[in-house]
Amino acid sequence: MTSPPVTSVVPSPSGVWAAYHPRAEVFDEMRAADGTVRPHWLPLVQGLERLGREGVRERAESALQLLREHGVTYNVHADGESAERRWELDVLPQIIDAAEWAQLEAGLIQRTKLLNLVLADIYGPQQLLQEGLLPPALLHANPGFLRCCHGIRPPGGLFLSLHAVDLTRAPNGRWWVLSDRTQAPSGVGYALENRAILSRVLPEEFRAAQVQRLASFFRQRKAGLRALAPWTSAPNIVLLTPGTYAETYFEHAYLARFLGYQLVEGSDLTVRDQCVFLKTLEGLQRVDVIIRRVDDTWCDPLELRGDSLLGVPGLVEAARAGNVAISNALGTGAVETTALLAFLPALSRHLLNEELRIPNVATWWCGQQSERDFALGALNKLVTKRAFVGGHGEPSFGGRLGARELEDLAAHIRANPHAYVTQESVALSTAPVWHGNAPEPRPLIMRCYICATVDGFTVMPGALTRVSPSAESPIVSSRYGGGSKDTWVRSSAPTGSAAAVESTAPALRPEVSASHVPSRVVENLFWLGRYAERLEDTTRLLRTALGRLAGEGGPTEEVELTALARWLARTEILDARFADEFTPAELASELRELVFERNRFGTVRELLGRVGFLANNVRDRLSGDTWRILNQLQTDFPATMSRATPGAILHTLHRLIFQLAAFSGMEMENMTRGHAWRFLDIGRRLERAINLVSNVRAVLAADTDGTALAPLLEYTDSTMTYRRRYLARPEMPTTLALLINDVSNPRSLVFQLEILGHHLAALPGADGTRPEQIHFEDLMALLRETDAQDFATQGVLGRARLATRLDEFYEATGQLSDLLTASYFSHVPARVS
Amino acid sequence: MLYDITHRTTYGYGSDVAVSHHLAHLRPRQLPAQQVDDFQLLVEPTSAVSAERVDYYGNTTTFFSIGSPHDCLTVTARSRVRVAAPASPAPSDTLAWQLVRDRCASDVLTPDSAVGEFRFESPNIARRSIFADYAALSFVQDRPLLEAIVDFNARIFQDFKFDPRATTVATPVDEVFKKRRGVCQDFAHLAIACLRSLGLPARYVSGYLETLPPPGKARLIGADASHAWYSVWCPDYGWIDADPTNNLLPGDRHITVAWGRDFSDVSPLRGIVVGGSGHSLGVSVDVARVAEG
Repeated sequence: MTSPPVTSVVPSPSGVWAAYHPRAEVFDEMRAADGTVRPHWLPLVQGLERLGREGVRERAESALQLLREHGVTYNVHADGESAERRWELDVLPQIIDAAEWAQLEAGLIQRTKLLNLVLADIYGPQQLLQEGLLPPALLHANPGFLRCCHGIRPPGGLFLSLHAVDLTRAPNGRWWVLSDRTQAPSGVGYALENRAILSRVLPEEFRAAQVQRLASFFRQRKAGLRALAPWTSAPNIVLLTPGTYAETYFEHAYLARFLGYQLVEGSDLTVRDQCVFLKTLEGLQRVDVIIRRVDDTWCDPLELRGDSLLGVPGLVEAARAGNVAISNALGTGAVETTALLAFLPALSRHLLNEELRIPNVATWWCGQQSERDFALGALNKLVTKRAFVGGHGEPSFGGRLGARELEDLAAHIRANPHAYVTQESVALSTAPVWHGNAPEPRPLIMRCYICATVDGFTVMPGALTRVSPSAESPIVSSRYGGGSKDTWVRSSAPTGSAAAVESTAPALRPEVSASHVPSRVVENLFWLGRYAERLEDTTRLLRTALGRLAGEGGPTEEVELTALARWLARTEILDARFADEFTPAELASELRELVFERNRFGTVRELLGRVGFLANNVRDRLSGDTWRILNQLQTDFPATMSRATPGAILHTLHRLIFQLAAFSGMEMENMTRGHAWRFLDIGRRLERAINLVSNVRAVLAADTDGTALAPLLEYTDSTMTYRRRYLARPEMPTTLALLINDVSNPRSLVFQLEILGHHLAALPGADGTRPEQIHFEDLMALLRETDAQDFATQGVLGRARLATRLDEFYEATGQLSDLLTASYFSHVPARVS
Repeated sequence: MLYDITHRTTYGYGSDVAVSHHLAHLRPRQLPAQQVDDFQLLVEPTSAVSAERVDYYGNTTTFFSIGSPHDCLTVTARSRVRVAAPASPAPSDTLAWQLVRDRCASDVLTPDSAVGEFRFESPNIARRSIFADYAALSFVQDRPLLEAIVDFNARIFQDFKFDPRATTVATPVDEVFKKRRGVCQDFAHLAIACLRSLGLPARYVSGYLETLPPPGKARLIGADASHAWYSVWCPDYGWIDADPTNNLLPGDRHITVAWGRDFSDVSPLRGIVVGGSGHSLGVSVDVARVAEG
């Protein structure tokens, strides 16, 4: 092995590194025991020296800014509450030297091969039990061993096509394996995102360090996935997510977009004739490969956990028939058990004829008598973990437990010994983490990824390095906070002239045909369109009112405000009491609540939440810019404004309307005109039509002298059009003509309906006879024979007839929404037993 | 003894079901003391796909899907089965129960450790010290296994009341233990949980029971429904069945359909339907003795 000559640069004590003092008894990734900087860290260390404290802090801020913009999150579930947590990324990367990495690579590939062989045996002949290499109880007590998957040989015999290994470095500098992730390894998307951000934040350092790029790993992963379905030359590959509540949903959506695969939920898939299909607007589309991020036992409610709503009924049967490849194969959780670690050295010799290249952290499984006896005698020095997948609870660090806690732990182990495994307590290596305005040493665990290629395995030249939340804490887990690091693997040869910034735009060939949209996705987009429009509508209405409250309060404002309050009380936006007497202070307080109250139906805040939720559901369908706007909508909105003046609230609403305009502009300009866009726009148009009818109807009923017409025109953004056209004070007949029948006014009813008509005719299966099309034609016919101006000039009788018409429109637009739902959106499976 | 068994399950749905998938454990097992002469499975409406296979435990399962809209489903299993009473060892001749426990816990694969599968927790069975404590009154030091089992069975029969309204198919063993009420499935689960809490291998058996209501005599419980009991591993001999609901060791009136770790492995008919708001369920079982010339 060749390592670069050791250049001993002792950082100047006054610089960025002045206060960096790793503990002598652990290995520090950056600083050797003699205080020198390890050579492979020099480009970074020197770069940061040049930047200085202030410079590094600025870079750290811009990293944070990018994370915010990209909306990188991790869902944390605690005490039944779910919270979205921002992903934390340290501005300093972990760095690995090329020669050392080459050794790790060989060891990691060996491990993936080995676990594949173990899986092939336990789901097949179980020779390893007969030959005494695995104790029978390791399988028998293992809930990750799926009995119904015994005998299933996955396509190509490949069980693990993606494998993650958590590594830790001991004080002597050797890497050790802590654990394996085998069923649905997470983190590879976060590693990619970390790289995207850090390569932008530290471009010079990144270039100087000649860091190996990640892109080729993903290209090979894609080729490997294609090879899983040898029965077709163009396999349809989907990524199965448990949904937006999953801890790592951000990653699922991110990876689906990056790799160019459909992101699907269990209810999007269906099994027919032992094959898996995606339910799309056009009908069923065969699925060949499923990348699953759903844990083993939740994948099929028919043969696995019956209470799972995340799975696909019949999936096990489809896998058994060999009609679908799953990455990773069902049942791979069986080797995720830490208990297996103790047996791997012997298994490696037996199955591969090789010594295990990367040793395991010393592990004692309590399911064996002598190991249990040893563990019980040394609990205070060991780390105790649940042995199998699905085991609850976090590791217990014996050294941190009191006498009573140790006794309790021992009692649990004695009662159910097979469920526990103990490991040597390892002094994790440390690396510099930027904290405040200086680096401090923190313990780390490095998660590496191995994937199947067309003809073997390859290792991602990088890793997801996680650090503990404080210098003292031994716990390294995303669940408990703590941050992550990009991991730079140095190249032994120059990486060439490639641009420093690694692109995260879908650089890879997209494989999703735009037209094949899962029904669930279009349903979410439809509602996103509706709620975004409802949010804008509500904001406009409230702004119209607040504008009159915030001003100096001349006589015009006062009468308009009264008329407006009567109208809004009728549409039930305002409480009914505002139809009569009220003070400006009462109205101001009510309006403030309608903007900021989280727990009231239909407030701006509540609608923002719905828009955010729906956008998150279809995150993989939205462009990066669109997502940024939607994300900003949420973050810019003030949490509380209990003392805000009407003027300040008005300002908030103005900004919101700008941002919503940016969203709809993005949608009009940047979204492919597929069914996804179409349903988003259908939702928007339908909602706008419904709101318009509802408000015009209320004005007609509440306002007899025309004082509400100016606010009505303002709310519909039609004031200028009206003025230019009629050069006069608003009159009822002409105002109604502009809002109902004017085909050139983009806010008019007829404008919305005409666009809806085009959309409906372009939907799959639209042949003019579908119920929603017939219904729509009736609605259009009714509108054509409704000349609002004409009705409005016919006195009381005409206005009454117009009111009836508006009622009919209101009813009919609502029904159209129901018909679309029945025609196009998915059904959720139910269970019988 | 020769039996004709008809087991019919009928589902009615509130609205059309678009597609449904089912997994049946309805074909009785072929065993040394049990021979299946005939078996038919009828599904109405006719299923689109049907695949029969042998599962991990050696049970025959049938997977079927119905891909066209339907608002009811009838599954009828007809079996003709010949059953002989299995030979049982004298209870006093069996090994002391702790020896059984230790032999099954071997790290080396032996016929006894091979059944270790049934010593551990499974989806419906937890190991708990309260279960071990309850069983311990029967499983005293050095007592031969089968003697202890006979005593244990009698205690469950005495301490627990048969009450179909007390529990559902999903009631956990903890609750059954607390309420002291349940049906055959609950008592089988309870007995298994107790034995596994002691470290003994025990498995769940699903099947049928012939009910004889001779005049003047009480009808056996479990009639006209599928029945369930358990088996315990007895080294050098094999599995021995025990029926705690009727306080007996099954002879030629118990027909074995399937076995597994607990009910979830051998549910007679599992299904997932897409669509169909709400459902009603009807099950009828008829076990008729066939007179032989």
